[in-house]
Amino acid sequence: MSNNTASSSAGANGSADSAAPRRNSKRPKYSRFTQQELPACKPILTPRWVISAFMLVSIIFVPIGIASLFASRDVVEIVDRSETACIPAQNRSDKVGYIQSSADKTCNRTLRVTKRMKQPIYVYYQLDNFYQNHQRCVKSRSDEQLRSRSGENETSSCEPEDVINGTAIVPCGLIAWSLFNDTYSFSHNNQQLQVNKKGISWKSDRDHKFGKDVFPKNFQNGSLKGGAILNTSIPLSDQEDLIVWMRTAALPTFRKLYGKIEQDLLPNDEILVTLENNYNTYSFNGKKKLVLSTTSWLGGKNDFLGIAYLIVGGLCFFLAMCFTVVYLVKPRRLGDPSYLSWNRTPGGR
Amino acid sequence: MDSKNPIESSPSIEITLNSSSRRSNSSSHSKASRGNSVREVTFGDLGSKPVRYGSRGADSEGFSGSQKEISDEDARLVYVNDPEKTNERFEFSGNSIRTGKYSILSFVPRNLFEQFHRVAYIYFLIIAVLNQLPQLAVFGRGVSILPLSFVLLVTAVKDAYEDWRRHRSDRIENNRLTWVLVNDQFQQKKWKDIRVGEIIKIHTNETLPCDMVLLSTSDSTGVAYVQTINLDGESNLKTRYAKQETLSKTPEKEKIRVLIKCEKPNRNIYGFHANMDMDGKRLSLGSSNIVLRGCELKNTAWAIGVAVYCGRETKVMLNSSGAPSKRSRLETRMNFEIIILSFFLISLCTIVSICAAVWLRRHRHDLNTIPFYRKKNFNDEDKDDYNYYGWGLEIFFTFLMSVIVFQIMIPISLYISMELVRVGQAYFMIRDTLMYDEASNSAFQCRALNINEDLGQIKFVFSDKTGTLTENKMEFQCASIWGVDYSGGKDSSVNEQVGHFVQVDGKILRPKMKVRIDPELLQLSRSGNNTEEAKRVHDFFLALAACNTIVPIAFDDASNPTVKLMDYQGESPDEQALAYAAAAYGFMLIERTSGHIVIDIQGERQRFNVLGLHEFDSDRKRMSVILGCPDKTVKVFVKGADTTMFSVIDRSLNMDIIRATEAHLHNYSSLGLRTLVIGMRELSDSEFEQWHSSFEAASTSLIGRAAMLRKVANTVEKSLRILGASAIEDKLQQGVPEAIESLRTAGIKVWVLTGDKQETAISIGYSSKLLTSKMTQIIINSNSKESSRKSLEDALRMSKKLITVSGTTHNNGGNSGGAVSPVALIIDGTSLVYILDSELEEQLFKLASKCSVVLCCRVAPLQKAGIVMLVKNRTSDMTLSIGDGANDVSMIQKADVGVGISGKEGRQAVMASDFAMGQFRFLVPLLLVHGHWNYQRMGCMILYNFYRNAVFVLVLFWYVLFTCFTLTTAINEWSSMLYSIIYTSLPTIVVGILDKDLSRRTLLKYPQLYGAEHRQESYNSKLFWLTMIDTLWQSVVIYFIPHLAYWGSTIDAPSIGDLWTLAVVILVNLHLAMDVIRWSWITHVAIWGSIVATFICVIVLDAVPTLVGYWAIFDIAKEGSFWLCLLAIVVAALLPRFVVKVLYQHFSPSDIQITREAEKFGSRREFGAVEIEMNPILEPSRR
Repeated sequence: MSNNTASSSAGANGSADSAAPRRNSKRPKYSRFTQQELPACKPILTPRWVISAFMLVSIIFVPIGIASLFASRDVVEIVDRSETACIPAQNRSDKVGYIQSSADKTCNRTLRVTKRMKQPIYVYYQLDNFYQNHQRCVKSRSDEQLRSRSGENETSSCEPEDVINGTAIVPCGLIAWSLFNDTYSFSHNNQQLQVNKKGISWKSDRDHKFGKDVFPKNFQNGSLKGGAILNTSIPLSDQEDLIVWMRTAALPTFRKLYGKIEQDLLPNDEILVTLENNYNTYSFNGKKKLVLSTTSWLGGKNDFLGIAYLIVGGLCFFLAMCFTVVYLVKPRRLGDPSYLSWNRTPGGR
Repeated sequence: MDSKNPIESSPSIEITLNSSSRRSNSSSHSKASRGNSVREVTFGDLGSKPVRYGSRGADSEGFSGSQKEISDEDARLVYVNDPEKTNERFEFSGNSIRTGKYSILSFVPRNLFEQFHRVAYIYFLIIAVLNQLPQLAVFGRGVSILPLSFVLLVTAVKDAYEDWRRHRSDRIENNRLTWVLVNDQFQQKKWKDIRVGEIIKIHTNETLPCDMVLLSTSDSTGVAYVQTINLDGESNLKTRYAKQETLSKTPEKEKIRVLIKCEKPNRNIYGFHANMDMDGKRLSLGSSNIVLRGCELKNTAWAIGVAVYCGRETKVMLNSSGAPSKRSRLETRMNFEIIILSFFLISLCTIVSICAAVWLRRHRHDLNTIPFYRKKNFNDEDKDDYNYYGWGLEIFFTFLMSVIVFQIMIPISLYISMELVRVGQAYFMIRDTLMYDEASNSAFQCRALNINEDLGQIKFVFSDKTGTLTENKMEFQCASIWGVDYSGGKDSSVNEQVGHFVQVDGKILRPKMKVRIDPELLQLSRSGNNTEEAKRVHDFFLALAACNTIVPIAFDDASNPTVKLMDYQGESPDEQALAYAAAAYGFMLIERTSGHIVIDIQGERQRFNVLGLHEFDSDRKRMSVILGCPDKTVKVFVKGADTTMFSVIDRSLNMDIIRATEAHLHNYSSLGLRTLVIGMRELSDSEFEQWHSSFEAASTSLIGRAAMLRKVANTVEKSLRILGASAIEDKLQQGVPEAIESLRTAGIKVWVLTGDKQETAISIGYSSKLLTSKMTQIIINSNSKESSRKSLEDALRMSKKLITVSGTTHNNGGNSGGAVSPVALIIDGTSLVYILDSELEEQLFKLASKCSVVLCCRVAPLQKAGIVMLVKNRTSDMTLSIGDGANDVSMIQKADVGVGISGKEGRQAVMASDFAMGQFRFLVPLLLVHGHWNYQRMGCMILYNFYRNAVFVLVLFWYVLFTCFTLTTAINEWSSMLYSIIYTSLPTIVVGILDKDLSRRTLLKYPQLYGAEHRQESYNSKLFWLTMIDTLWQSVVIYFIPHLAYWGSTIDAPSIGDLWTLAVVILVNLHLAMDVIRWSWITHVAIWGSIVATFICVIVLDAVPTLVGYWAIFDIAKEGSFWLCLLAIVVAALLPRFVVKVLYQHFSPSDIQITREAEKFGSRREFGAVEIEMNPILEPSRR
């Protein structure tokens, strides 16, 4: 290999010639970024990491699950299903006809308090199988109209409940038209229980979505009444039942806040509810329930989250145990080159 | 040193098991195939580009194919110095160029038109249009066109910027100035105003504004030197000639009436065919008479020419084509999965519409009164149905609406992300300092942007030899003169030698390159003309110095002002090497014009008249020059390839010398040297006269000039006396053996396709470690179809036997492919003629796929492409071609991936390639490192994008099941549009560009890791289905945890929608985070930043009072259940994936996984026994 010297000197010669144009060398500038050598951390799932991750999850999840379950258990909830019970027995074969008739639909229900309920006690009505999230319904509203008087004629999105005899309906649209119109009044030991209906809607809605200068107009004037009639002298921003109703429910079974009872109820208190059963849920087999409930930090009564947390936490604990066993019984040295496919002998495993 | 063993030349099949068993084998087989033993083949060797002597002169038929007379309708008529008349009848384009695609007015329509060529965009558009129909309006008008317009805008801005740059460079180009003859004097004129027919004057170092025919130059013989680096990348000077007839004219003074009739504009830069009518005489013009736009005039004070092609009709403009477009294998595969996803989409939509139909059917009597449906418009007198078109249409509309809502199931954004990721990957490949070539100052080039990931799956590499494996930097090594081998000088180093120099004008003139010198030969060459031997030596070196087309250029040495260096510029590196060699031995070429050359012979200047020059052509494979020597004798010197030279050498004379030379030649070529045979004879006066007249006739003839010249050449190139042979070393490029070794370890088969001789090819094969002594060689040389068939059958049988034998002895069944017992197949071009495109192809493929190395020698460019196609058509494996010359273009274009070496042989290969780089060895980092990364990143990204969009769609789908099967989305419509644009796009792009599963060092250390890509470990249908099952589970978790937690509560749709939005985004980003291997700060920013950005977006959207979801996020985030839901979703959704991942990594770790662990933990035990175990190919018997 004596020609090495020859080639190297020739090469040196060549580079000397081209020293001048070397100034505009195309050599890429070195930086850690362009060479893809940025400092980086490379986590690897080592047994220790895996087991601690599982343990960590179970340590966090189990207490949360227990806490949620306790919170849910603390909530006292009285549910009274009323849609069938409030129809006189003779009318039960034609519920739709009854509800559309002009008969007196007052109905009395008695609720028994099972556990002490601390104020505030929330009064909800619950509808089942009511698709307020139906696409025809969700779109049928006009926020412009609700917000200010100047938008009164913005009813194009409200069809078929947009105009009547050429003038705009306020509030227009199917959602408003189907406003819930059962009413409840409560008494306890022959004493009226005050239901506070102020502040049941979101403040943001009252302030920004429903105008103070917008008054109901032509509402429920059509040949088919969908629900409640609004007092035309009260601006929309104060029509809290409407505001609550207009926040369309996400799921077909939902509650809406009716009011708050700001008074504690004791166990075995009997509460007499007088309700006007006006709302037609019979055409779609919907259920109607009246709910009195307290709240916890977690919201209403729902065991699901607690159970879910317990299951996940328990599962993680179980997995942590399993992997501990696996790593003990069948350990694998990390990065052992004898496991590489080209180092493994056939039938070696 | 097996390579030094002379390889037996007679048997056509040679099986060399190893040296001990060789004899018996070859004898048994040579018997069977004795009939087909023909060594020398005279196949039209277009592929032997290395043996290219001389310029491509008048004889350009190989390129242009325009030997026939130009008929009038095919011609363009140029009236010299009369542009009005020239342009009056014909619409010739002006000289202004426009490479910009758009003008301000045409930009919008044209750019949109081009963008909508992509099917994905049309799908987008159709969906957006559907959404505009009132019956189908799911989203708001503005929202629905947001994604499409975003994508269109981004692309349009990019296009506009590129076009603006092109316009700017056009403007600069068009406004350059040159001297044009107007009203009998040269005036400065802008380039864009030049018209065909105008006479233009160019000064030295100026760039030519258009293609022009030379009329006269500052040189008295009409020579002009041009540098064509902008055209074909060749940096050496080319000679162009003005016709003798026009030389004398000075266009300023006398009106010249010349009509040039030339062919229509075409893109062949090596061909030109025209006639010139001048003073009633007809002259023919060839490619040596035209200078092309983009070239620079050098070493010539001025040149005058007439513009014949202008602007976009110039050859350089016609040749500027865009990068080739190929489609990556991964993308093709991906399209299959996209079809599966479309089926998903259709089935989701079908489920929704069927359910909707059932619901409508069941409630058909109540629809009028259901408060949330209310079919009838009671407020209208007619009581029409509102927005209800009957049962059938409702279902149809539901279907269409569900397509609109679920549209992102087809991940349109993926195409854009992929493009961005590829740009990023290309950026890193270009910026890789390890793929920068110092010698040629060329960084890596990424010309095709859409096949980056294919680099990770290459299984076959087809390589050219010269300039690719070797440097194509020729060095004169040794010579055989008059039957004596002068190959000494190996021990003496160049530095000790002074080298030959001559004095010129008080300055020392020495050649630029130094050559190793054989002292004995030097002695002989200096001894004068005394002995017979010395005479031959004299003639030999005279031939080397004279028989070429080298242009000597002297320039000042920068380091030493008293020294001038002599640079030999020429088109063939072989000629340069020979000229430098001659100079070193005292035969220094000093000056060349078209009429004479001056050679300094041992300090004495001698002038030789060049009476004739027959340039190299690929049929004759030799060139000759006829010299009128100072002693009034006329000699013809011929040099050429041995195959053709021995047929013109007078065999009756000096038979022993011929034999000796042949033996030397054989030795040289088995050392891997390139050989040329040199011969000469003296011409008698009558012979010369005869030749001269026929040469004159031929070179002025208009029809079939090339053929006639060849005939004339053959009359003079005969009964030559042999002088000797030269041997030039074509040095291997740096790192080639190691690169080939790495590639082979990586499971890539390297095939070498070369135009060289079999012996040369084999010896280069040995020196580059392509062939090893352990390999069994199967050699096929046949000259008929029958014998090829027979050879193939024998070889197949043989290889089968070999493989079964070695298979049992090594017990290595687990290994893939034919790498068990290495078999090398060596096949030549003649055999391939009979094999390719016939039924024998199949057999050849079978044989070749059993061989670990295939070496094809003496192959023509088209055969190279044919071999690539042979493999491509029969396997689904990826092929890569690498080459540097024009003869590799077809193979580069045919292969899945074409790589061009930007070397010495011009730029055609680079222009045709997808990637270009400076050295062969860069193939290793390109494939093993970048290819690996690109493939792994792209595979992950595609799967992730499928998952990302599907999980979102499924969440929407679950919700639809609880909205009476109407297409309500709880998730804010803006959020669902921003989902793939802002919320989740950046992390996948960043990870797709930056993530690295393994470091460069590890990848280079274990080339076997490349096998992971061959097994498609990053992207396959198993992974796809696993991902889809995971997607299903995750979507169920995302949807149903809030669903069950909030069932029967006061939750409103926008609030729970926000919860779902955030849950999906966090989950999807964490899912990606789980797959990230290297966390650099950029990755951290992208992933956590996206989650933060999503929170910000959701908050901003909920702070807009006009949207339904006003204040929803603030309301829901107050409750503890919101945060508990998020946490539960993230953990529960990722749990199965995490468990599967851990189990998989523990029980069947992939190679990549193990090496990654080794990278992190293995530093302690990195050295030692491990290293030795790494190479199973070298040690196949290891247990």
